[in-house]
Amino acid sequence: MRINCPLCGHRDIREFYYLGAEDYLVRPAEGDLEATHEYLHVRKNPDGLTKDVWQHEAGCRAWLLVERNTATHEVLTVELIKPKKDILL
Amino acid sequence: MRYNAFNIFKEGLTGNKGWRPAWREPEPKPEYDMIIIGGGGHGLATAYYLAKNHGLKNIAVLEKGHIGSGNIGRNTTIVRANYFLPGNSEFYSHSLKLWETLETELNYNVMHSQRGVINLFHSDGQRDTFARRGNMMINQGDDAELLTKEAVREELPYLDFDNGRFPIYGGLFHKRGGTARHDAVAWGYARAADQLGVDLIQKCEVTGIDVLGGVVKGVQTSRGPIRAKKVGIVVAGRSSQVAEMAGLKVPIESHVLQAFVTEGLKPAIDHVVTFGMGHFYISQSDKGGLVFGGDLDSYASYAQRGNLPMMEHVMEAGMALMPAIGKAKVLRSWGGIVDMTPDGSFIIDKTEIENLYMDCGWCYGGFKAVPASGWCMAHLMAEDQPHEVAKRHTFERFKTGCGIMDEEGTGSQHNLH
Repeated sequence: MRINCPLCGHRDIREFYYLGAEDYLVRPAEGDLEATHEYLHVRKNPDGLTKDVWQHEAGCRAWLLVERNTATHEVLTVELIKPKKDILL
Repeated sequence: MRYNAFNIFKEGLTGNKGWRPAWREPEPKPEYDMIIIGGGGHGLATAYYLAKNHGLKNIAVLEKGHIGSGNIGRNTTIVRANYFLPGNSEFYSHSLKLWETLETELNYNVMHSQRGVINLFHSDGQRDTFARRGNMMINQGDDAELLTKEAVREELPYLDFDNGRFPIYGGLFHKRGGTARHDAVAWGYARAADQLGVDLIQKCEVTGIDVLGGVVKGVQTSRGPIRAKKVGIVVAGRSSQVAEMAGLKVPIESHVLQAFVTEGLKPAIDHVVTFGMGHFYISQSDKGGLVFGGDLDSYASYAQRGNLPMMEHVMEAGMALMPAIGKAKVLRSWGGIVDMTPDGSFIIDKTEIENLYMDCGWCYGGFKAVPASGWCMAHLMAEDQPHEVAKRHTFERFKTGCGIMDEEGTGSQHNLH
Protein backbone atom coordinates (compact mmCIF):
# COMPACT_ATOMS: atom_id res chain seq x y z
CA MET A 1 0.00 0.00 0.00
CA ARG A 2 1.24 3.49 -0.86
CA ILE A 3 -0.40 6.74 0.10
CA ASN A 4 -0.17 9.82 -2.08
CA CYS A 5 0.60 12.53 0.47
CA PRO A 6 -0.54 15.93 -0.92
CA LEU A 7 2.71 17.47 0.31
CA CYS A 8 5.26 14.70 -0.29
CA GLY A 9 3.84 12.58 -3.10
CA HIS A 10 3.55 8.77 -3.24
CA ARG A 11 5.15 7.26 -0.16
CA ASP A 12 5.41 3.78 1.34
CA ILE A 13 2.78 2.87 3.92
CA ARG A 14 5.41 2.40 6.63
CA GLU A 15 5.87 6.17 6.79
CA PHE A 16 2.26 6.57 7.89
CA TYR A 17 0.49 6.17 11.22
CA TYR A 18 -3.13 4.99 11.19
CA LEU A 19 -5.39 6.68 13.73
CA GLY A 20 -8.77 5.29 12.72
CA ALA A 21 -12.09 6.00 11.08
CA GLU A 22 -13.15 9.52 10.09
CA ASP A 23 -15.44 9.50 13.14
CA TYR A 24 -12.46 11.07 14.92
CA LEU A 25 -13.09 14.30 12.99
CA VAL A 26 -16.43 15.03 14.61
CA ARG A 27 -15.78 15.69 18.22
CA PRO A 28 -18.78 15.28 20.53
CA ALA A 29 -19.97 17.99 22.85
CA GLU A 30 -18.38 17.90 26.25
CA GLY A 31 -20.40 15.88 28.75
CA ASP A 32 -22.40 14.00 26.11
CA LEU A 33 -21.48 10.47 27.18
CA GLU A 34 -23.52 8.69 24.53
CA ALA A 35 -21.90 10.70 21.75
CA THR A 36 -18.45 10.25 23.29
CA HIS A 37 -18.99 6.48 23.30
CA GLU A 38 -19.98 6.59 19.63
CA TYR A 39 -16.99 8.79 18.82
CA LEU A 40 -14.46 6.59 20.58
CA HIS A 41 -15.75 3.06 20.12
CA VAL A 42 -18.68 2.44 17.78
CA ARG A 43 -17.74 2.07 14.14
CA LYS A 44 -19.51 1.56 10.84
CA ASN A 45 -16.51 -0.58 9.85
CA PRO A 46 -17.41 -0.91 6.16
CA ASP A 47 -16.28 -3.70 3.87
CA GLY A 48 -15.45 -1.51 0.89
CA LEU A 49 -15.10 2.25 0.64
CA THR A 50 -14.09 4.02 3.82
CA LYS A 51 -12.49 7.25 4.92
CA ASP A 52 -9.95 7.20 7.67
CA VAL A 53 -7.43 9.42 9.39
CA TRP A 54 -3.71 8.88 8.91
CA GLN A 55 -0.63 10.91 9.77
CA HIS A 56 2.42 11.14 7.54
CA GLU A 57 4.42 10.47 10.67
CA ALA A 58 7.82 9.80 9.13
CA GLY A 59 7.40 12.52 6.53
CA CYS A 60 5.78 15.93 6.71
CA ARG A 61 3.71 14.91 9.78
CA ALA A 62 0.53 16.26 8.20
CA TRP A 63 -2.79 14.68 9.16
CA LEU A 64 -4.57 13.17 6.17
CA LEU A 65 -8.05 12.04 5.35
CA VAL A 66 -7.62 8.96 3.17
CA GLU A 67 -10.42 7.49 1.10
CA ARG A 68 -9.67 3.85 0.36
CA ASN A 69 -11.18 0.43 -0.17
CA THR A 70 -10.84 -1.94 2.79
CA ALA A 71 -11.56 -4.96 0.58
CA THR A 72 -8.77 -4.28 -1.93
CA HIS A 73 -6.38 -1.87 -0.14
CA GLU A 74 -6.80 0.54 -3.05
CA VAL A 75 -6.17 4.17 -2.06
CA LEU A 76 -8.51 6.58 -3.88
CA THR A 77 -8.13 10.11 -2.60
CA VAL A 78 -5.95 11.77 0.01
CA GLU A 79 -6.59 15.23 1.39
CA LEU A 80 -5.09 17.37 4.10
CA ILE A 81 -7.10 17.73 7.27
CA LYS A 82 -7.40 21.40 8.12
CA PRO A 83 -6.64 22.11 11.75
CA LYS A 84 -9.79 23.07 13.61
CA LYS A 85 -10.23 24.04 17.20
CA ASP A 86 -12.53 21.12 17.96
CA ILE A 87 -10.38 18.36 16.48
CA LEU A 88 -7.80 16.89 18.78
CA LEU A 89 -5.09 15.78 16.41
CA MET B 1 -20.44 -44.35 13.52
CA ARG B 2 -18.08 -43.95 16.46
CA TYR B 3 -14.48 -43.36 15.60
CA ASN B 4 -12.35 -45.90 17.45
CA ALA B 5 -9.57 -48.42 16.91
CA PHE B 6 -11.99 -51.31 16.53
CA ASN B 7 -13.92 -49.59 13.73
CA ILE B 8 -10.74 -48.62 11.90
CA PHE B 9 -9.60 -52.25 12.11
CA LYS B 10 -13.00 -53.57 10.99
CA GLU B 11 -13.25 -51.10 8.10
CA GLY B 12 -9.70 -51.92 7.09
CA LEU B 13 -10.68 -55.57 6.72
CA THR B 14 -13.92 -54.86 4.85
CA GLY B 15 -12.67 -52.47 2.19
CA ASN B 16 -13.53 -49.25 4.07
CA LYS B 17 -17.08 -49.41 2.74
CA GLY B 18 -18.80 -48.59 6.01
CA TRP B 19 -17.61 -44.99 6.48
CA ARG B 20 -20.35 -42.40 6.18
CA PRO B 21 -20.18 -38.61 5.76
CA ALA B 22 -19.35 -36.96 9.08
CA TRP B 23 -22.53 -34.88 8.97
CA ARG B 24 -25.82 -34.65 7.05
CA GLU B 25 -26.63 -31.96 4.50
CA PRO B 26 -30.20 -31.10 5.44
CA GLU B 27 -32.53 -28.68 3.67
CA PRO B 28 -33.40 -25.68 5.86
CA LYS B 29 -36.68 -26.04 7.75
CA PRO B 30 -39.13 -23.10 7.75
CA GLU B 31 -38.60 -22.53 11.47
CA TYR B 32 -36.06 -23.25 14.20
CA ASP B 33 -35.95 -22.55 17.93
CA MET B 34 -32.34 -21.42 17.67
CA ILE B 35 -30.43 -20.16 14.67
CA ILE B 36 -26.69 -19.65 14.82
CA ILE B 37 -25.35 -17.45 12.03
CA GLY B 38 -21.84 -18.61 11.24
CA GLY B 39 -20.49 -22.15 10.87
CA GLY B 40 -17.00 -21.52 12.18
CA GLY B 41 -15.50 -22.91 15.37
CA HIS B 42 -17.44 -20.64 17.72
CA GLY B 43 -20.79 -21.09 15.94
CA LEU B 44 -20.49 -24.87 15.75
CA ALA B 45 -19.42 -25.07 19.40
CA THR B 46 -22.41 -22.89 20.37
CA ALA B 47 -24.80 -25.20 18.52
CA TYR B 48 -23.17 -28.28 20.05
CA TYR B 49 -23.46 -26.99 23.63
CA LEU B 50 -27.02 -25.76 23.07
CA ALA B 51 -27.93 -29.33 22.24
CA LYS B 52 -25.62 -31.03 24.73
CA ASN B 53 -25.77 -28.83 27.84
CA HIS B 54 -29.25 -27.40 27.46
CA GLY B 55 -31.03 -30.34 25.84
CA LEU B 56 -32.42 -28.19 23.02
CA LYS B 57 -33.60 -29.62 19.72
CA ASN B 58 -34.45 -27.78 16.55
CA ILE B 59 -31.21 -25.83 16.15
CA ALA B 60 -29.65 -24.70 12.86
CA VAL B 61 -26.24 -23.35 11.97
CA LEU B 62 -26.28 -21.19 8.82
CA GLU B 63 -22.98 -20.91 6.99
CA LYS B 64 -22.52 -18.87 3.83
CA GLY B 65 -19.55 -20.92 2.60
CA HIS B 66 -18.66 -24.32 3.93
CA ILE B 67 -18.05 -25.44 7.50
CA GLY B 68 -14.77 -24.15 8.86
CA SER B 69 -13.87 -21.94 5.90
CA GLY B 70 -13.27 -18.80 7.93
CA ASN B 71 -10.82 -17.96 10.68
CA ILE B 72 -11.02 -21.42 12.25
CA GLY B 73 -9.00 -22.56 9.24
CA ARG B 74 -6.72 -19.51 9.07
CA ASN B 75 -5.19 -19.19 12.52
CA THR B 76 -1.91 -20.32 14.09
CA THR B 77 -3.62 -22.95 16.30
CA ILE B 78 -2.35 -21.90 19.72
CA VAL B 79 -4.22 -22.98 22.85
CA ARG B 80 -3.33 -21.36 26.18
CA ALA B 81 -4.72 -19.90 29.39
CA ASN B 82 -2.15 -17.30 30.40
CA TYR B 83 -4.33 -14.24 30.82
CA PHE B 84 -3.94 -11.70 33.58
CA LEU B 85 -7.16 -9.79 34.15
CA PRO B 86 -10.28 -10.94 35.99
CA GLY B 87 -12.80 -11.85 33.31
CA ASN B 88 -10.29 -13.16 30.80
CA SER B 89 -8.52 -15.23 33.43
CA GLU B 90 -11.47 -17.42 34.42
CA PHE B 91 -12.83 -17.59 30.88
CA TYR B 92 -9.65 -18.93 29.27
CA SER B 93 -9.05 -21.21 32.25
CA HIS B 94 -12.49 -22.73 31.61
CA SER B 95 -11.65 -23.03 27.93
CA LEU B 96 -8.37 -24.85 28.54
CA LYS B 97 -10.13 -27.36 30.79
CA LEU B 98 -12.64 -28.03 28.01
CA TRP B 99 -9.77 -28.50 25.55
CA GLU B 100 -8.23 -31.13 27.81
CA THR B 101 -11.25 -33.42 27.45
CA LEU B 102 -12.40 -32.25 24.01
CA GLU B 103 -11.33 -35.30 22.03
CA THR B 104 -13.25 -37.70 24.27
CA GLU B 105 -16.17 -35.29 24.37
CA LEU B 106 -16.44 -35.02 20.59
CA ASN B 107 -15.12 -38.50 19.73
CA TYR B 108 -12.79 -36.72 17.31
CA ASN B 109 -9.03 -36.36 17.18
CA VAL B 110 -8.35 -32.62 17.29
CA MET B 111 -4.63 -33.31 17.82
CA HIS B 112 -4.55 -31.21 20.98
CA SER B 113 -0.90 -31.14 21.97
CA GLN B 114 0.08 -29.63 25.34
CA ARG B 115 3.63 -28.94 24.31
CA GLY B 116 4.00 -25.86 26.49
CA VAL B 117 4.06 -22.14 25.75
CA ILE B 118 7.14 -20.10 26.68
CA ASN B 119 6.87 -16.29 26.76
CA LEU B 120 10.36 -14.80 26.72
CA PHE B 121 11.40 -11.73 28.70
CA HIS B 122 14.32 -9.42 28.14
CA SER B 123 14.77 -7.14 31.15
CA ASP B 124 14.41 -7.10 34.93
CA GLY B 125 11.23 -5.06 34.65
CA GLN B 126 9.69 -7.47 32.19
CA ARG B 127 10.65 -10.38 34.46
CA ASP B 128 8.68 -8.76 37.29
CA THR B 129 5.66 -8.29 35.02
CA PHE B 130 5.81 -11.90 33.89
CA ALA B 131 6.22 -13.15 37.46
CA ARG B 132 3.09 -11.21 38.34
CA ARG B 133 1.23 -12.68 35.38
CA GLY B 134 2.42 -16.15 36.41
CA ASN B 135 1.09 -15.59 39.92
CA MET B 136 -2.28 -14.56 38.49
CA MET B 137 -2.35 -17.74 36.41
CA ILE B 138 -1.54 -19.86 39.48
CA ASN B 139 -4.20 -18.04 41.51
CA GLN B 140 -6.68 -18.89 38.78
CA GLY B 141 -5.72 -22.55 39.21
CA ASP B 142 -3.68 -22.84 36.04
CA ASP B 143 0.01 -23.56 35.71
CA ALA B 144 2.92 -21.16 35.34
CA GLU B 145 6.62 -21.46 35.98
CA LEU B 146 9.23 -18.72 35.81
CA LEU B 147 12.30 -19.98 33.96
CA THR B 148 15.79 -18.57 34.39
CA LYS B 149 17.94 -17.90 31.36
CA GLU B 150 19.70 -21.24 31.90
CA ALA B 151 16.40 -23.10 32.19
CA VAL B 152 15.21 -21.50 28.94
CA ARG B 153 18.50 -22.49 27.31
CA GLU B 154 17.85 -26.10 28.27
CA GLU B 155 14.42 -26.04 26.61
CA LEU B 156 15.23 -23.78 23.64
CA PRO B 157 18.96 -24.08 22.90
CA TYR B 158 18.53 -22.63 19.41
CA LEU B 159 17.69 -19.05 20.48
CA ASP B 160 20.08 -16.12 20.23
CA PHE B 161 20.42 -15.49 23.97
CA ASP B 162 22.82 -12.59 23.69
CA ASN B 163 20.97 -10.54 21.12
CA GLY B 164 22.28 -6.99 21.39
CA ARG B 165 18.89 -5.31 21.62
CA PHE B 166 16.80 -7.96 23.42
CA PRO B 167 19.04 -10.39 25.34
CA ILE B 168 16.99 -13.24 26.81
CA TYR B 169 16.67 -13.03 30.59
CA GLY B 170 14.27 -15.97 30.99
CA GLY B 171 10.75 -17.04 30.21
CA LEU B 172 7.30 -17.74 31.61
CA PHE B 173 6.51 -21.40 30.99
CA HIS B 174 2.85 -22.45 30.69
CA LYS B 175 3.11 -26.22 30.35
CA ARG B 176 -0.56 -26.92 29.71
CA GLY B 177 -0.54 -24.56 26.76
CA GLY B 178 0.12 -25.86 23.26
CA THR B 179 -1.54 -26.29 19.90
CA ALA B 180 -4.37 -28.19 18.21
CA ARG B 181 -5.33 -29.06 14.65
CA HIS B 182 -7.54 -26.09 13.75
CA ASP B 183 -9.68 -27.65 10.99
CA ALA B 184 -10.27 -30.74 13.11
CA VAL B 185 -11.81 -28.59 15.82
CA ALA B 186 -14.44 -27.32 13.35
CA TRP B 187 -15.03 -30.78 11.92
CA GLY B 188 -15.21 -32.38 15.36
CA TYR B 189 -17.80 -29.90 16.64
CA ALA B 190 -19.73 -30.11 13.37
CA ARG B 191 -19.94 -33.88 13.51
CA ALA B 192 -20.82 -33.96 17.20
CA ALA B 193 -23.49 -31.26 16.79
CA ASP B 194 -24.95 -33.07 13.78
CA GLN B 195 -25.22 -36.26 15.81
CA LEU B 196 -27.24 -34.36 18.42
CA GLY B 197 -29.67 -33.30 15.68
CA VAL B 198 -28.33 -29.84 14.81
CA ASP B 199 -28.95 -28.92 11.15
CA LEU B 200 -25.72 -27.64 9.60
CA ILE B 201 -26.82 -25.68 6.54
CA GLN B 202 -23.94 -24.76 4.27
CA LYS B 203 -23.99 -22.42 1.26
CA CYS B 204 -26.74 -20.50 3.03
CA GLU B 205 -25.86 -16.82 3.31
CA VAL B 206 -27.86 -14.69 5.70
CA THR B 207 -28.94 -11.57 3.81
CA GLY B 208 -31.25 -10.00 6.37
CA ILE B 209 -32.43 -10.24 9.94
CA ASP B 210 -36.16 -9.85 10.55
CA VAL B 211 -37.00 -7.72 13.54
CA LEU B 212 -40.54 -6.81 14.55
CA GLY B 213 -41.29 -4.48 17.44
CA GLY B 214 -37.77 -4.85 18.83
CA VAL B 215 -37.93 -8.67 18.78
CA VAL B 216 -36.06 -10.89 16.35
CA LYS B 217 -38.35 -13.09 14.26
CA GLY B 218 -36.03 -14.85 11.86
CA VAL B 219 -33.58 -14.38 9.03
CA GLN B 220 -33.62 -13.93 5.27
CA THR B 221 -31.13 -16.18 3.50
CA SER B 222 -29.93 -17.06 0.03
CA ARG B 223 -32.04 -20.21 0.49
CA GLY B 224 -35.20 -18.41 1.57
CA PRO B 225 -36.59 -16.98 4.80
CA ILE B 226 -36.26 -18.96 8.03
CA ARG B 227 -38.19 -18.10 11.18
CA ALA B 228 -36.50 -18.40 14.55
CA LYS B 229 -37.29 -17.87 18.21
CA LYS B 230 -33.71 -16.87 18.99
CA VAL B 231 -30.79 -15.90 16.77
CA GLY B 232 -27.09 -15.83 17.63
CA ILE B 233 -24.62 -13.89 15.49
CA VAL B 234 -21.28 -15.71 15.68
CA VAL B 235 -19.40 -14.34 12.70
CA ALA B 236 -16.19 -12.75 14.01
CA GLY B 237 -14.45 -10.97 11.15
CA ARG B 238 -17.75 -9.84 9.66
CA SER B 239 -19.64 -8.90 12.81
CA SER B 240 -20.26 -5.32 11.67
CA GLN B 241 -21.92 -6.43 8.42
CA VAL B 242 -24.24 -8.97 10.04
CA ALA B 243 -25.07 -6.68 12.97
CA GLU B 244 -25.96 -3.97 10.45
CA MET B 245 -28.66 -6.27 9.03
CA ALA B 246 -30.43 -5.87 12.36
CA GLY B 247 -29.74 -2.12 12.40
CA LEU B 248 -27.00 -2.45 15.02
CA LYS B 249 -23.63 -0.74 15.14
CA VAL B 250 -20.94 -2.46 17.17
CA PRO B 251 -17.67 -1.29 18.77
CA ILE B 252 -15.57 -3.25 16.32
CA GLU B 253 -13.02 -2.41 13.65
CA SER B 254 -11.87 -5.22 11.33
CA HIS B 255 -8.14 -5.65 10.88
CA VAL B 256 -5.91 -8.07 9.03
CA LEU B 257 -3.54 -10.36 10.90
CA GLN B 258 -0.92 -12.23 8.88
CA ALA B 259 0.58 -15.65 9.43
CA PHE B 260 3.30 -17.66 7.72
CA VAL B 261 4.35 -21.26 7.29
CA THR B 262 7.62 -22.72 6.02
CA GLU B 263 8.35 -25.94 4.17
CA GLY B 264 8.18 -29.08 6.31
CA LEU B 265 11.28 -29.62 8.44
CA LYS B 266 12.43 -32.29 10.87
CA PRO B 267 11.24 -31.68 14.44
CA ALA B 268 13.16 -28.67 15.72
CA ILE B 269 10.84 -26.48 17.78
CA ASP B 270 9.10 -28.44 20.52
CA HIS B 271 7.10 -25.63 22.15
CA VAL B 272 5.18 -22.51 21.29
CA VAL B 273 7.68 -19.67 21.75
CA THR B 274 6.64 -16.03 21.94
CA PHE B 275 8.96 -13.07 21.55
CA GLY B 276 6.71 -10.22 22.59
CA MET B 277 9.31 -7.50 22.15
CA GLY B 278 9.54 -8.36 18.45
CA HIS B 279 5.82 -9.12 18.07
CA PHE B 280 6.75 -12.64 16.99
CA TYR B 281 5.67 -16.13 17.94
CA ILE B 282 6.40 -19.54 16.48
CA SER B 283 5.59 -23.22 16.75
CA GLN B 284 6.10 -26.25 14.53
CA SER B 285 3.14 -28.11 13.13
CA ASP B 286 2.92 -31.89 13.26
CA LYS B 287 3.53 -31.86 9.51
CA GLY B 288 6.86 -30.12 10.15
CA GLY B 289 6.17 -26.59 8.92
CA LEU B 290 7.24 -23.72 11.13
CA VAL B 291 4.10 -21.70 11.81
CA PHE B 292 4.69 -18.12 12.87
CA GLY B 293 3.15 -14.71 12.95
CA GLY B 294 3.35 -11.23 14.33
CA ASP B 295 1.26 -8.19 14.95
CA LEU B 296 -1.70 -6.69 13.11
CA ASP B 297 -1.07 -4.67 9.99
CA SER B 298 -2.85 -1.96 12.00
CA TYR B 299 -5.37 -0.42 9.63
CA ALA B 300 -8.97 -1.40 8.94
CA SER B 301 -9.08 -4.12 6.29
CA TYR B 302 -11.22 -6.92 4.90
CA ALA B 303 -8.72 -8.01 2.26
CA GLN B 304 -7.63 -11.31 3.90
CA ARG B 305 -4.08 -10.46 2.94
CA GLY B 306 -1.61 -8.05 4.45
CA ASN B 307 1.08 -5.76 3.16
CA LEU B 308 4.80 -6.37 2.85
CA PRO B 309 6.13 -4.11 5.66
CA MET B 310 4.56 -6.32 8.35
CA MET B 311 5.82 -9.41 6.58
CA GLU B 312 9.34 -8.00 6.58
CA HIS B 313 9.03 -7.03 10.24
CA VAL B 314 7.95 -10.56 11.23
CA MET B 315 10.85 -12.12 9.31
CA GLU B 316 13.31 -9.73 10.94
CA ALA B 317 11.97 -10.52 14.40
CA GLY B 318 12.25 -14.24 13.68
CA MET B 319 15.84 -13.83 12.53
CA ALA B 320 16.68 -11.81 15.64
CA LEU B 321 15.26 -14.49 17.91
CA MET B 322 16.49 -17.65 16.19
CA PRO B 323 18.91 -16.95 13.35
CA ALA B 324 18.78 -20.63 12.28
CA ILE B 325 15.32 -20.17 10.74
CA GLY B 326 16.90 -18.05 8.03
CA LYS B 327 17.62 -21.30 6.22
CA ALA B 328 13.96 -22.34 6.12
CA LYS B 329 11.91 -21.32 3.10
CA VAL B 330 8.54 -19.69 3.61
CA LEU B 331 5.91 -21.62 1.68
CA ARG B 332 2.79 -19.61 2.30
CA SER B 333 1.53 -16.51 3.98
CA TRP B 334 -2.03 -15.41 4.49
CA GLY B 335 -4.16 -12.97 6.39
CA GLY B 336 -7.23 -13.39 8.53
CA ILE B 337 -9.81 -10.72 9.25
CA VAL B 338 -10.16 -10.14 12.96
CA ASP B 339 -12.77 -8.21 14.92
CA MET B 340 -10.83 -5.69 16.98
CA THR B 341 -12.59 -4.26 20.03
CA PRO B 342 -11.32 -1.11 21.75
CA ASP B 343 -9.88 -3.00 24.76
CA GLY B 344 -8.69 -6.12 22.93
CA SER B 345 -11.12 -8.46 24.71
CA PHE B 346 -14.16 -10.20 23.29
CA ILE B 347 -17.93 -9.71 23.65
CA ILE B 348 -20.58 -12.35 24.40
CA ASP B 349 -23.75 -10.45 25.13
CA LYS B 350 -27.40 -9.73 24.40
CA THR B 351 -28.14 -6.95 21.94
CA GLU B 352 -30.71 -4.16 22.05
CA ILE B 353 -33.00 -6.48 20.09
CA GLU B 354 -34.80 -9.11 22.10
CA ASN B 355 -33.71 -12.71 21.46
CA LEU B 356 -30.79 -11.56 19.30
CA TYR B 357 -27.36 -12.35 20.76
CA MET B 358 -23.81 -11.69 19.64
CA ASP B 359 -20.52 -13.52 20.13
CA CYS B 360 -17.85 -11.33 18.56
CA GLY B 361 -14.74 -9.20 19.02
CA TRP B 362 -12.26 -12.07 19.28
CA CYS B 363 -9.38 -9.84 18.22
CA TYR B 364 -6.29 -11.94 17.47
CA GLY B 365 -7.08 -14.74 19.92
CA GLY B 366 -10.28 -16.56 19.09
CA PHE B 367 -9.00 -20.05 18.42
CA LYS B 368 -8.16 -21.09 21.97
CA ALA B 369 -11.51 -19.71 23.09
CA VAL B 370 -13.64 -21.91 20.83
CA PRO B 371 -14.86 -24.40 23.48
CA ALA B 372 -15.61 -21.84 26.20
CA SER B 373 -17.07 -19.36 23.72
CA GLY B 374 -19.52 -21.99 22.51
CA TRP B 375 -20.24 -23.01 26.10
CA CYS B 376 -20.96 -19.45 27.26
CA MET B 377 -22.84 -18.34 24.15
CA ALA B 378 -25.06 -21.43 24.41
CA HIS B 379 -25.68 -20.60 28.07
CA LEU B 380 -26.56 -17.00 27.21
CA MET B 381 -28.95 -18.01 24.43
CA ALA B 382 -30.63 -20.83 26.35
CA GLU B 383 -30.92 -19.15 29.76
CA ASP B 384 -31.03 -15.52 28.65
CA GLN B 385 -28.39 -14.91 31.34
CA PRO B 386 -24.63 -14.55 30.89
CA HIS B 387 -22.51 -17.47 32.00
CA GLU B 388 -20.46 -16.88 35.16
CA VAL B 389 -17.09 -16.86 33.33
CA ALA B 390 -18.23 -14.51 30.55
CA LYS B 391 -20.44 -12.09 32.46
CA ARG B 392 -17.89 -9.25 32.21
CA HIS B 393 -17.72 -9.44 28.41
CA THR B 394 -20.51 -7.01 27.66
CA PHE B 395 -21.09 -4.23 25.13
CA GLU B 396 -21.86 -1.94 28.05
CA ARG B 397 -18.29 -1.86 29.37
CA PHE B 398 -17.17 0.44 26.57
CA LYS B 399 -19.95 2.91 27.23
CA THR B 400 -19.45 3.08 30.99
CA GLY B 401 -15.70 2.50 31.05
CA CYS B 402 -16.33 0.09 33.91
CA GLY B 403 -14.90 -3.39 33.46
CA ILE B 404 -12.61 -2.65 30.53
CA MET B 405 -10.32 -5.67 30.00
CA ASP B 406 -7.19 -4.16 28.49
CA GLU B 407 -4.59 -6.94 28.88
CA GLU B 408 -1.85 -4.90 27.24
CA GLY B 409 -2.47 -1.83 29.37
CA THR B 410 -2.40 0.45 26.34
CA GLY B 411 -5.85 2.01 26.60
CA SER B 412 -9.35 1.36 25.36
CA GLN B 413 -9.32 2.73 21.83
CA HIS B 414 -9.38 1.07 18.44
CA ASN B 415 -5.87 1.69 17.20
CA LEU B 416 -4.17 0.67 20.44
CA HIS B 417 -4.35 -3.13 20.32
